[in-house]
Amino acid sequence: MAVSTYSQAAVDALCTAMQADPSVIAMGEDIGRGGIFGQYRGLQARFGASRVIDTPISEATIVGAAVGMALTGMRPVVELRVIDFALCAMDEIVNQAAKNRYMFGGQGRVPVVLRMPIGIWSSSAAQHSQSLESWFAHIPGLVVVAPATPQDNHDLLQAALACGDPVAYLEHKELWSMEGDVVATEALPIGRARIVRPGRDLTIVSWSRSVHQCAEACAALASQGIDAELIDLRTLWPWDRETVLASAARTGRLLIVHEAVQVAGFGAEIAATIAELAPEVRLARLGALRIPVGYSPGLEAQARLTPDAIAARAWALAS
Amino acid sequence: MSSPDPEATLLALYRTMARIRAFEDAAEIASRGGLAAWGPQTDQATGAAPAQVRGPLHLSTGQEAVPAGVCAHLKADDPITSTHRGHGHTLAKGADLTRMMMELFGKAGGFCGGRGGSMHIADFSVGMLGANGVVAASIPIAVGAAHAIRLQGRPAIATAFFGDGAINRGPFAESLNWAAAYHLPLLFVCEDNQWSATTRTDTLSAGGGAAARARAYGIEAVEVDGNDVEAVLACAGELIARVRNESRPALLHARTYRFKGHVSVDPAAYRDPAELARALERDPIALARRRLSELGVEGTTITAIDDEAHAEVKAALAAAAAAPWPSVTAAFEEIQSTGAGQWL
Repeated sequence: MAVSTYSQAAVDALCTAMQADPSVIAMGEDIGRGGIFGQYRGLQARFGASRVIDTPISEATIVGAAVGMALTGMRPVVELRVIDFALCAMDEIVNQAAKNRYMFGGQGRVPVVLRMPIGIWSSSAAQHSQSLESWFAHIPGLVVVAPATPQDNHDLLQAALACGDPVAYLEHKELWSMEGDVVATEALPIGRARIVRPGRDLTIVSWSRSVHQCAEACAALASQGIDAELIDLRTLWPWDRETVLASAARTGRLLIVHEAVQVAGFGAEIAATIAELAPEVRLARLGALRIPVGYSPGLEAQARLTPDAIAARAWALAS
Repeated sequence: MSSPDPEATLLALYRTMARIRAFEDAAEIASRGGLAAWGPQTDQATGAAPAQVRGPLHLSTGQEAVPAGVCAHLKADDPITSTHRGHGHTLAKGADLTRMMMELFGKAGGFCGGRGGSMHIADFSVGMLGANGVVAASIPIAVGAAHAIRLQGRPAIATAFFGDGAINRGPFAESLNWAAAYHLPLLFVCEDNQWSATTRTDTLSAGGGAAARARAYGIEAVEVDGNDVEAVLACAGELIARVRNESRPALLHARTYRFKGHVSVDPAAYRDPAELARALERDPIALARRRLSELGVEGTTITAIDDEAHAEVKAALAAAAAAPWPSVTAAFEEIQSTGAGQWL
């Protein structure tokens, strides 16, 4: 067992994959120097500039070229810096990477991991702060992963590299320096949620950074006599409905929390699914208001979730 | 193409063009439900002649010399990417004509199992990595294939076919830069039919066109009469040799003309009939026929090639009409492995 950061855990997972398989390459802007968040630290020195490729600021061609590489025997890991920049490559992600296998009848595969960091971070304002996971969950052909811990960033990046599908891999920018134990485990399958904290009175499901805010809320709720079960979904597509459904059916109450804008967020999908499958469960959602993320701290705060707000919503649902 | 015999070389190119023309003529007729000229294709139950090729059908009629002349130099492991107007590239790359027709008919035996149709025609086994429904989108895919070739140290090259409309999309500019910056073995082929869908490209485009844009990135670019298949063959041959031997990109700007509308249901009424009439005088197939005559090839030899192409297409139509539909389960297969079976 070793303590690692969320970013170093990803470096280690990628390093292992690159050592094991010469077809694994990484490419993106500024990754030769380690990536702007250190998530490629040391890899170019180790594997060379031909396998850890600094690219031009050409998002469409970064992803389009990754598709072409994948069709001709490579397994590219693509860095898009922040998910907001992935919007410059939406055709390549949605129409090309996601559709290729199906529309050409399975003649090819597109094993591409698209690292697209999400989330509010350090007064980065409206174009560097979004959480757009629901956009990608909507697209047949894509896998959507959003790890919340160093261990999961290690295990899920390895799983994403191994799965053979195009993966929207969504790390959270505020978690890069988070430390935690990372142990070498058996391969973690994509699509399995983690019960962070067992509880009896209500279920809270979340993913990415807001899992940690939910954990704080759970601690506050416990001090008020409410025993909340917290589930980290970890993967948005395919999502672990069995775990969520079983927990919600047991507690009778389900709160879905995400940093993304609440309107048409993935929480709506979870809520609708549980409402159809277990109509007796009382449901609530908590996401960001439908406002752009502002720069000034007071404005940015209006787009953030807080443990207090989560606890208040959970309290109302549990009461 | 290695044959030093100009007659044999041109006959082979002529055959490629004749097959493309026959295939697309038949596909167009099939898209209108009228296959009478090609044999009995009526629906047994209703007696009606149903449209057997559905959806958008983009014909490259008049542009056949470009894929014929370029692909003659390519091997099966030289990948190409194509456009929504991709039948010619696919046939010239060596794909089976019958399986192509089956794909246009939406049948299980088509290259994509009926999932793709005309706009997504492809045969990965001969290095044809796909037609594409989005203008310019296949250019970066060819860039990636060329980049992979370089990383893998293979002697292959990649080729990106695209139209004149595509040069006004960002991925073209990004791809020129990328291919030049990484010294990729990539041939850009601008198949310039002068029309961006239903608008003349010259009214929409600034500067000196595809070749000028390539040169601005330090990429060698050559302009050629895209209706003269021997000229295309010669220019492509010189460029491809340099792309292959020196691992650097090049661009071939082939000027040609689209005889049909943007899509098969488009009568192109926006076009000056005189413009079309002038273009038809330079039909690449007629030009090749004339040249073959000059070389002393008997008319019967040329007619035999035409007849053979028509017979092949006729048999393909019959096979496609008789072929089974895909099982409905195919709608749920080959999407993704992770989470397969979870549709809701």
